[in-house]
Amino acid sequence: MNDNVLYTRVYEVHKEDFAAAGEASARVKRKLKQIGIDAAIIRKIAIASYEAEINMIIHSYGGTMTINIGESSIVIICADTGPGIPDVELAMKEGYSTAPQNIREMGFGAGMGLSNINRNSDNMSITSSPEGTTIRMEFET
Amino acid sequence: MTTIKQLEEKLELKKLTDGGEAGTEVKDGCVCDLLSWVMARGEEGMAWVTVQTHLNVIAVACLHDFACIIIPENIEVPQSTIDKSNEEGITIFSSPKTSYKLCCEMYDLGIGK
Repeated sequence: MNDNVLYTRVYEVHKEDFAAAGEASARVKRKLKQIGIDAAIIRKIAIASYEAEINMIIHSYGGTMTINIGESSIVIICADTGPGIPDVELAMKEGYSTAPQNIREMGFGAGMGLSNINRNSDNMSITSSPEGTTIRMEFET
Repeated sequence: MTTIKQLEEKLELKKLTDGGEAGTEVKDGCVCDLLSWVMARGEEGMAWVTVQTHLNVIAVACLHDFACIIIPENIEVPQSTIDKSNEEGITIFSSPKTSYKLCCEMYDLGIGK
């Protein structure tokens, strides 16, 4: 979709930084509330961005979360620096997880992250290689 | 309508935080320890019963605008989690009761009916 970007912001997400996990998503949510986005759409964006942020913290070497607010859509792009998802189709399956035991004990690793993102976004795409994974989520406003 | 203040009194909960408004309405209940599951199914105004006490519980509660978090069976809550919830204005309660008992009592109050 071609949409004029009115606001853009980049948040850094660090590997295994569980103490800060969810902060980027919380900031995104606050910004969307400030500009008066519909609560139901904010909820979808908060769920999807939180899942993507947690995935980066658990599985990647870290990266960035970029939010672009346009006139009729909001796009969030999560780009990490590796090690990539070997089988994206398998990773998309609800219940499939590669999270280690200590992460599961924290209540993560239910294998619902990517499917939650898919269900809550109007458009989602993943590209992945050992150099990094990029998840693009689009929400119509 | 049940507020978190009424919930605190009726369920004999111990309030661990300073944040949160006493008049916040409890619209429904939720009992689950899988954070992704809660992210997928949570709704605004829920009182969330969970044995998880780490920082990310606060993130999930904030993103969903939950009414409060209830930690069962006197499970110890780290100070870092309490500090974060004060910062975010989320109320955490503690109780010696089990998750099951807490949910039964919430249901008896009419929450989620």
